[in-house]
Amino acid sequence: MKHSDREKLIAHSLFILGSFIVLYPFFSILFLALSEPGTRVSGFTIPTGIYFDNFVKAWTDGGFSTGLFSSFVVVVGVVSITILCSIPAAYAFEKLDILGVAPLFAILLVGLVLPYESLIISLYYSMRKFGLDSTYWSLILPQIGLSIPFSIFWLRSSFRSIPISLSEAAMLEGAGRITILIKILLPQIIPAILTLTVLLFMWTWNEFLLALIMIQDPEMRTAPLALSYFAGNKRYGDPAITAAAAIWVALPVLIIYIFLQRRFISGMVTGVEK
Amino acid sequence: MNPPRPRNSLKHSNYLFLLPAFLFYLIFVLYPLSDTIYTSFTQWSGIGEKTWVGLENYKNNLSDKKITSSIKHSFILIIFYSFFPIIIGLGIAGMMVRIKVKGMAIYRAILFLPQILSMVVVGIAWRWIYAPKGPLNSGLDFFGLTEVSRAWLGSFDYALPFVGLIGTWVMFGFTMILFIAGVQKIPSELYDAAKVDGAGAFAEFFNVTLPGLKGEIIVALVFTVTLALRNFDLIYITTGGGPGTSTMIPSMFIYKKAFQMNQVGSASSLGVMLTLLIFTLISLIIITLREKR
Repeated sequence: MKHSDREKLIAHSLFILGSFIVLYPFFSILFLALSEPGTRVSGFTIPTGIYFDNFVKAWTDGGFSTGLFSSFVVVVGVVSITILCSIPAAYAFEKLDILGVAPLFAILLVGLVLPYESLIISLYYSMRKFGLDSTYWSLILPQIGLSIPFSIFWLRSSFRSIPISLSEAAMLEGAGRITILIKILLPQIIPAILTLTVLLFMWTWNEFLLALIMIQDPEMRTAPLALSYFAGNKRYGDPAITAAAAIWVALPVLIIYIFLQRRFISGMVTGVEK
Repeated sequence: MNPPRPRNSLKHSNYLFLLPAFLFYLIFVLYPLSDTIYTSFTQWSGIGEKTWVGLENYKNNLSDKKITSSIKHSFILIIFYSFFPIIIGLGIAGMMVRIKVKGMAIYRAILFLPQILSMVVVGIAWRWIYAPKGPLNSGLDFFGLTEVSRAWLGSFDYALPFVGLIGTWVMFGFTMILFIAGVQKIPSELYDAAKVDGAGAFAEFFNVTLPGLKGEIIVALVFTVTLALRNFDLIYITTGGGPGTSTMIPSMFIYKKAFQMNQVGSASSLGVMLTLLIFTLISLIIITLREKR
């Protein structure tokens, strides 16, 4: 008994140490952002008071109201279209008779590990050719393409866990494929779709390289892109304001994470495992 | 024999279900990929005609010291992004075999936090920590180590490992959670059998825990190695590849060549090389670890 108590104590101290290491950078920039404007913060002290001036200045000077709006538009576009296209595809892969399932699926798998870096150059010139650069479409369309492999992968394994007898019964009663999908199978995988929504939201929100290349118009910048310009701009060299700006950008994902953290974690852990 | 499954007679229309998804995938993934591969064999400034040059770009890349050293940097970053987090994760998971910790859900939520954040945000937080007057140097000053403190990301010797440590920070919670979840799936009879055989803690770890976590280790390796090799966002925000080229990585060169130096053909060839490198390493990881089963 004593022995396991000591083990538990060691385990707890390791987890607390790990949590401290993870949280330290967060609190470090939070304290910095909340510090009195103009004072020199050392970064090793707890602030004397709480000032929201840096948050206000970051919001008004950094254009984050438009940044958050742009990100929101892109996220809604990518997540909704990706899921709408992936559901029928995953259904066909898992439940319908299709010749060449294996090779088609293998082609999709390539997209799971393909780095953006191998696509962005061509994507940029194509978008320019069609006059789509510096539009939301230049961010939405490629990210749909790149999100589809994971989404189909994820949804297909969710369909797999539904017993075949369920759809067979409906089929014998003469229900069509679309009826079976919408009325019988979809209600079964709503939790999986929710988790997928959360993951796609997070990945799209955080995407940076594509926005950096496609968006030249400051009014169209996504939140992470606006943040990078803000942080790189010498005029706002004040680290406290940059810290406040970083918190603005992180906040939407953080809030959702606080409420849905189980979905994030189980989604990422099982998602990459699949 | 099973009774014949009711089948859909309209086989051709089944493909319609795949169509929207595959159209997006074809136009925005497969086409750009093949276009990049084609461009990689040409010389192109972004305007006008592409001039076919064969393997010229690839040869130039491999003989360019800056580029080969950027690949070397990527491998150093793999140590920080993959190796360290996996060792930390395995060590903790090995300890957690028989212990159930209360409040695990809270620890898990905190440890996972770096995974959900934009790398731009992570980079800005760490840029502040490493800043000349940031927390790290203030801490060193506090302990009287003033002569050790410096502008970490501005140092030719320290910038790369200190960027790497950010990667360790991002990844170690993920590997811990993954491996702890994995350990709890290992049948406890295996541990009982090891105990009967008189295995100590180390033997138990190497004979039961490590083989039992093989699947999770493959997952962690593939995930972290891919990120270490790509890694554009973090480098762009923290060092931009500098000082000099001391933290340059291939993806940074791709960006600079394609969008600042108008060497689009050369940038494409580097993109293809990076992709091949990632595919090769992932295949190696999966093949070598699977076969020992």
